[in-house]
Amino acid sequence: MATTTEQWVLVEMVQALYEAPAYHLILEGILILWIIRLLFSKTYKLQERSDLTVKEKEELIEEWQPEPLVPPISKDHPALNYNIVSGPPSHKIVVNGKECINFASFNFLGLLDNPRVKAAALASLKKYGVGTCGPRGFYGTFDVHLDLEDRLAKFMKTEEAIIYSYGFATIASAIPAYSKRGDIVFVDRAACFAIQKGLQASRSDIKLFEHNDMADLERLLKEQEIEDQKNPRKARVTRRFIVVEGLYMNTGTICPLPELVKLKYKYKARIFLEESLSFGVLGEHGRGVTEHFGINIDDIDLISANMENSLASIGGFCCGRSFVIDHQRLSGQGYCFSASLPPLLAAAAIEALNIMEENPGIFAVLKEKCKRIHKALQGISGLKVVGETLSPAFHLQLQESTGSRERDVKLLQEIVNQCMNRSIALTQARYLEKEEKCLPPPRSGTGESSIHNQGGGPGCPAIVCFRAWWPPHDT
Amino acid sequence: MRPEPGGCCCRRPVRANGCVANGEVRNGYVRSSAAVSAAAAGQTQHMTQNGGLYKRPFNEAFEETPMLVAVLTYVGYGVLTLFGYLRDFLRHWRIEKCHHATEREEQKDFVSLYQDFENFYTRNLYMRIRDNWNRPICSVPGARVDIMERESRDYNWSFRYTGNTIKGVINMGSYNYLGFARNTGSCQEAAAKVLEEYGVGVCSTRQEIGNLDKHEELEKLVASFLGVEAAMAYGMGFATNSMNIPALVSKGCLILSDELNHASLVLGARLSGATIRVFKHNNMQSLEKLLKDAIVYGQPRTRRPWKKILILVEGIYSMEGSIVRLPEVIALKKKYKAYLYLDEAHSIGALGPTGRGVVDYFGLDPEDVDVMMGTFTKSFGASGGYIGGKKELIDYLRTHSHSAVYATSLSPPVVEQIITSMECIMGKDGTTLGKECIQQLAENTRYFRRRLKEMGFIIYGNEDSPVVPLMLYMPAKIGAFGREMLKRNVGVVVVGFPATPIIESRARFCLSAAHTKEILDTALKEIDEVGDLLQLKYSRHRLVPLLDRPFDETTYEETED
Repeated sequence: MATTTEQWVLVEMVQALYEAPAYHLILEGILILWIIRLLFSKTYKLQERSDLTVKEKEELIEEWQPEPLVPPISKDHPALNYNIVSGPPSHKIVVNGKECINFASFNFLGLLDNPRVKAAALASLKKYGVGTCGPRGFYGTFDVHLDLEDRLAKFMKTEEAIIYSYGFATIASAIPAYSKRGDIVFVDRAACFAIQKGLQASRSDIKLFEHNDMADLERLLKEQEIEDQKNPRKARVTRRFIVVEGLYMNTGTICPLPELVKLKYKYKARIFLEESLSFGVLGEHGRGVTEHFGINIDDIDLISANMENSLASIGGFCCGRSFVIDHQRLSGQGYCFSASLPPLLAAAAIEALNIMEENPGIFAVLKEKCKRIHKALQGISGLKVVGETLSPAFHLQLQESTGSRERDVKLLQEIVNQCMNRSIALTQARYLEKEEKCLPPPRSGTGESSIHNQGGGPGCPAIVCFRAWWPPHDT
Repeated sequence: MRPEPGGCCCRRPVRANGCVANGEVRNGYVRSSAAVSAAAAGQTQHMTQNGGLYKRPFNEAFEETPMLVAVLTYVGYGVLTLFGYLRDFLRHWRIEKCHHATEREEQKDFVSLYQDFENFYTRNLYMRIRDNWNRPICSVPGARVDIMERESRDYNWSFRYTGNTIKGVINMGSYNYLGFARNTGSCQEAAAKVLEEYGVGVCSTRQEIGNLDKHEELEKLVASFLGVEAAMAYGMGFATNSMNIPALVSKGCLILSDELNHASLVLGARLSGATIRVFKHNNMQSLEKLLKDAIVYGQPRTRRPWKKILILVEGIYSMEGSIVRLPEVIALKKKYKAYLYLDEAHSIGALGPTGRGVVDYFGLDPEDVDVMMGTFTKSFGASGGYIGGKKELIDYLRTHSHSAVYATSLSPPVVEQIITSMECIMGKDGTTLGKECIQQLAENTRYFRRRLKEMGFIIYGNEDSPVVPLMLYMPAKIGAFGREMLKRNVGVVVVGFPATPIIESRARFCLSAAHTKEILDTALKEIDEVGDLLQLKYSRHRLVPLLDRPFDETTYEETED
């Protein structure tokens, strides 16, 4: 039954088709075709492919004009023409042909031309020659290096020390050896350039706190603590470091180490301390800022310093517990991938350490001189001394800025030149203005050190270095 | 160096041959590592097809790793790793004694200073053969050295010096290419004189008051030695790269860096803030493609054209012993208006008929290299580094180099050593000593390389390169080779991962003009013996040109055949 009904319907449909008007059929036909087209065509139009032809590419290459490798430097750029020092940069220094009293080198202890140091270096030169011809790993480790590391560790009363062949590379390699991407570093705004570069190489998160402002540091640490509570899983693997300088190169101030140590334990952040200026200066035995404050050296995770100031040699070292320091022997880039320190420089540093250990009195003499000079410099009209009285680098800054950094720098240079005419060698503190993270106030007329005996005890060639420093525009 | 994520370059595989359509640069095929093993044989003919850019044959070859050796090497690492986990497990449960230093009690609740797996390799693999590195010496690093004997009673966790010295060990490890590491002679005397006059330190930076007359003298000499307008010297070779590259390029610039560049170049490039792209080692197709794409497509995201493009290459690559294809690099650099930074740390003094490095070796014009960088550590037996180039470049660096502003200048006696040794090489001291040294080194290099090849070792690199890597492959053979050689009074450098790809562990010899024929013959005899003992003679004398070497595919672009 059902089939007959269906057949009947079919017949009826065919009949209807015959009877339908032609225009209707045509319309329906068009509609059907349209539907088919819609079904099988793409619903959107692809953009015209815009591949460049070879010729177009060649034209582009032809067209491209790079910037010059370096921009031209004007002939009177203040930093282009260096002072030329003839002869050794000791107590007396010959700058551009004029003999001056040297207030410009970091030779705090006067060890640069100490005959004992020279004799030790000479003996080493006669035994080992000059260069090491290899990195520490590949026959570049000399017995002198091991001795120096041993001596430094003993001197600083730490478990281990590691030496680098370049002062700048020391902290700049040490920081990225520990602090990696994702770790957090709290760093003082006034930190020196080597620290800045180390931080940059580490690619960690950097949090700057105001110079020597422990409240600000604690605020940042607290913020981080709150952040950590939100994401404890991440916090468990995020290392925290506090990087500070003992005696700030840029300001001549001392870091408040006891407070820092308290914060360290409270917030569980490790302290890296850069002591290039304070090593061999602060403390009864010249051990630096830890001795100055009487802090247990083990409370500081890593101390780094260069051997280019007080020790009057070349290179740098890190010291601390073996657990920390040993890691750098495979991870400190400046240690692994660089030729080791020429043995004669290591021998000079050992002898300088000997002298420091034998005459602990020199540090007291140095401090005495610092205080005296600091006081004497107070009265100069137009200039003020900033920084700690104990700092052997004095920062003189203009009492009133002229309003523009450039003019300030020029004025300071003028002062430096005038001093030079009167046979006193001072120098401007130099900065790469564009590169510094927080450019120190245009401190110019800087870094004067010298063997300024000032009637100091005989045989006490302690030196005072003072740095002239200028106020920022906004003060 | 890893590729920049989201680089503008298309991901489509590119027909390598298509890249060399300019007709200038044509030196073989690039193919993926998988294809290499299939078609290794019979590729040697590409070795010297260089389109007439080269004045001398450029014979650089890398024999393919035999399949069986590769498999065994991986198995070796697998076993070591398994045992490493086992030992770590035992240490964790205090069944095995822990030798390594531990965290202070007070700081146990701090976030761990090291990630656990970070030191796995050091603890379980490196520590087993640690005695092969950092061997302390107590003499001049000349042709023979005295090594301090040390022993370990706790499997290399700590060393004790016995107080004896192993005397007269043949030194195949130091970079003393021209033999200037000496404690007698004119260089040493001159350095001693300067030392007595100036002392050792400087206690200031170049820009402040540490610019001694000696430094100026040195820089003039370096400029005339290199044949460039001006030069500047720095206190450390590593820092010369890492502190000057950031002065030259910055954000918006592109750095094209060879994948095997030294850590200092990598660090400098990173610190500069420029975009870094990596081309395959010494592979000109890869370099050209990157150059072309960089100019055509501009910076990713912003689509601005690059401010400038800097190519970073080394003269001699210290782990491969290969020499940069400088004529081709210069042709490409000119064609695409890029700048060239050439690091001659190992090649200065060691290559070229007059010892002026790789530029001299190929007979090219130093003007064509924008930044000539090198170190004084190796051939000159001193320390420090230099940059030479046009006067504008050096003036700029004098005002903007990080090193000139913030770092202590070179020690005067070291400067004097460089001056006297460089004058000797230039013949300015009135002797032919320098020239003889250069010839001696070239002869030693060819002789030593030829003999090793004849013995059946797999040797990498260029036939004129004084850096000679001998392939060891298996991790166990690294330690064994180093120890066996020292037993036979030859000091060699052995290197493994991470300094090399994981399966390409090797020993490295650095030749020196100070090596006499007897010394080399003795060394070769011992190497031969140890080679038989450890079955190191893998060579089947099938050379694969440099371009077809298999690499870890970490590079920027994949290419197919």
